[in-house]
Amino acid sequence: MFCKLAALGLAAAAFSVFAAPASAQATLDAVKKRGKVLCGVSPTSAGFSYADDKGVRQGFDSDVCRAVSSAVFGAPDKVEFVPLNTNIRFQGLQSGEVDLLSRQTTMTFSRDTSLGLDFAPIVFYDGQGLMVSTKLGVKSAGELSQAAICLLPGTTTLQNLEDYFKPRNIKYEAVVFEDNNEWRNAFFSGRCDVITSDRSDLASVRAVANDPKQFVILPETISKEPLAPVVRQNDSNWRDIVSWTVNALIAAEEYGVNKGNIDEQLKSKDPEVQRLLGVTGDLGKMLNLDVKWAYNAIKQNGNYGEIFERSLGEKTALGLSRGPNQLWNKGGLIYSPPFR
Amino acid sequence: MASSTSSPVRLLYDVRVRAILYQVVAVALVVGVGFYLFGTVSRKLADQNIATGFDYLSRPAGFVISQSFIRYESSDTYARALLVGLLNTVWVSIFAVMLSSVLGLIVGIARLSRNPLLSFLALIYVEALRNVPLLLYLFLWYALIVAVFPPVREAWQILPDVFLSNGGLIVPSLQWSSAHSGVLASAVLGIVLAFVVASALRRRRVASGQARPAWPFVMLALLGPPLLAILLLQPDLVVNWPERGRFRITGGVQVTPEFTALLVGLGLSASAGVAEIVRAGILSVGRGQWEAARAVGLHDRQTMRLVVLPQALRVIVPPLTSSYLSTFKNSSLAIAIGYPDLVMVSNTTMNQTGQAIEGIAIFMLVYLGMSITISLFMNWYNARVALVER
Repeated sequence: MFCKLAALGLAAAAFSVFAAPASAQATLDAVKKRGKVLCGVSPTSAGFSYADDKGVRQGFDSDVCRAVSSAVFGAPDKVEFVPLNTNIRFQGLQSGEVDLLSRQTTMTFSRDTSLGLDFAPIVFYDGQGLMVSTKLGVKSAGELSQAAICLLPGTTTLQNLEDYFKPRNIKYEAVVFEDNNEWRNAFFSGRCDVITSDRSDLASVRAVANDPKQFVILPETISKEPLAPVVRQNDSNWRDIVSWTVNALIAAEEYGVNKGNIDEQLKSKDPEVQRLLGVTGDLGKMLNLDVKWAYNAIKQNGNYGEIFERSLGEKTALGLSRGPNQLWNKGGLIYSPPFR
Repeated sequence: MASSTSSPVRLLYDVRVRAILYQVVAVALVVGVGFYLFGTVSRKLADQNIATGFDYLSRPAGFVISQSFIRYESSDTYARALLVGLLNTVWVSIFAVMLSSVLGLIVGIARLSRNPLLSFLALIYVEALRNVPLLLYLFLWYALIVAVFPPVREAWQILPDVFLSNGGLIVPSLQWSSAHSGVLASAVLGIVLAFVVASALRRRRVASGQARPAWPFVMLALLGPPLLAILLLQPDLVVNWPERGRFRITGGVQVTPEFTALLVGLGLSASAGVAEIVRAGILSVGRGQWEAARAVGLHDRQTMRLVVLPQALRVIVPPLTSSYLSTFKNSSLAIAIGYPDLVMVSNTTMNQTGQAIEGIAIFMLVYLGMSITISLFMNWYNARVALVER
């Protein structure tokens, strides 16, 4: 572990010396020249990005990468997925190893300001939750005094826990695992009373339990985890491309444009739909992209709602309801600025 | 070769001059490349607006660490959190090294036993432990502990107020105070003093040839300081009794399953290596030494303890050093089974601050420093053992 980390650190340092693009503005040029987008994703996260039995990456985060590929190249498969774990994801982006990070990354102040990074719009509103066995009869997080809590390192998880419990004067034992399997097993075998992670993640842990009904996610959401794609700082053109691709997927759902009806929608009288799909105006040109950039992204990948239902929705193993990830005009938080 | 000439060209052909020259060039190259890399990395980081430097070490860490030998709160700094991690690493390494030495000695001797069953069992032990990666064993020990022992709520009470569960072993503990620390320190002082007195008396005995009993003085040196400290400081004896709560057992002192699994994993794996080292050391002692010892009437155990092992140590110590070094470095696998060692704290820190280069630099330096310390100590010990040679 030590050697691996040291090697990664050195590799990251070496990359930032030799491989970083000469000019920060050049990501789009580099991507076009290379003929593909390098997209950092999580190695194995059900619903977000995992390799299926044919080795094809599936999930919400990988589809965001594909939408960017569609916008730039007019085809969703000009992506090379680079699996990055939580420990090295930012270095991978900083060093130019990837053009874009789309891997369940929480947007925070210090990451935005001190890591040389910029965040695209929030694509998933998550929050840290706590899951317990129903046998304990626990109804709320306030009852967890002296409990042992299993968690994974590296994210904001450990600090959130302390921020939530300390003011409430609740003492607990934190057991931190690097390895996903050990983390789950420790919880299932009763080493820990509680397991904590983002609620979407807990849903996937519960989905693999022998008897999912034995476990309950407590009502408290102890943190805000707005997940967003990330790009390098100081390349506003590239950031615009990623941001507005995400916005286009959201706007498409809002205006009822989807994979199936998009060609009919080209004839839509709605001026915003016309601009979005490149029928009128020159939004594509302003991004240095083809006029059909948004049309391609939606046609080839589906709109935001379609991507959500396909990877995370109620019919999938994760079985997540839209919750805060519903459109703004249906009671959720998902909102795209206007296309004008 | 004639080195009397002062011509610079001729000087180049001087073997010693060339040797020095090569070294100077090599050092200059390494330093130069180092400077170039450092400069470029700093410039690139600055260009990309990435925070650099070690300022973050003084910011509050904001996370808890479940095991700590010094007082640590989540409001303490990252630097202190890293120190807690380092102490945890050192703590488990010391125990693992001791465990591996004792087990290794026993198994190494058992390997050479004339009893075929015993030596065969020792062989299996060594081969099984040496040929499977340590990480797999860590997973195995941890899984066994967690699966075999019951959850904390159904903890076994093995003695009054001693509980065993997959949350660890919990025993009553003393309410620690500075008075206890004082007594502990004076006990350590007593042990050191006893050694000094014993060796001084032995020197005098050898010099004077008079056999006066040394043990009263040694006992006085050993027990005097702690007894005096107890009288002066009068530490309170308040016991923290373990108590069953809704989830955990609170109070007392807890040996966590993560610590135990890591200790057992590191200790057993290293003991297999130590056993082979011990075996090689014993085999290196000539047959004649055994026969001579038997001739003067020593029995087997005495021969081993007084004649063979002291000589074998000369062969044993150098490879033992590298075994201890790998045990220490292997403790970084702790992260896989949830023991809060330096690497785990360091990883968390790197993630929260994003300053990976600094984080890795710190733990490389710490591991390097600790490894050099172990090497120096073992070299010193080796020199002492080697002096026995005539």
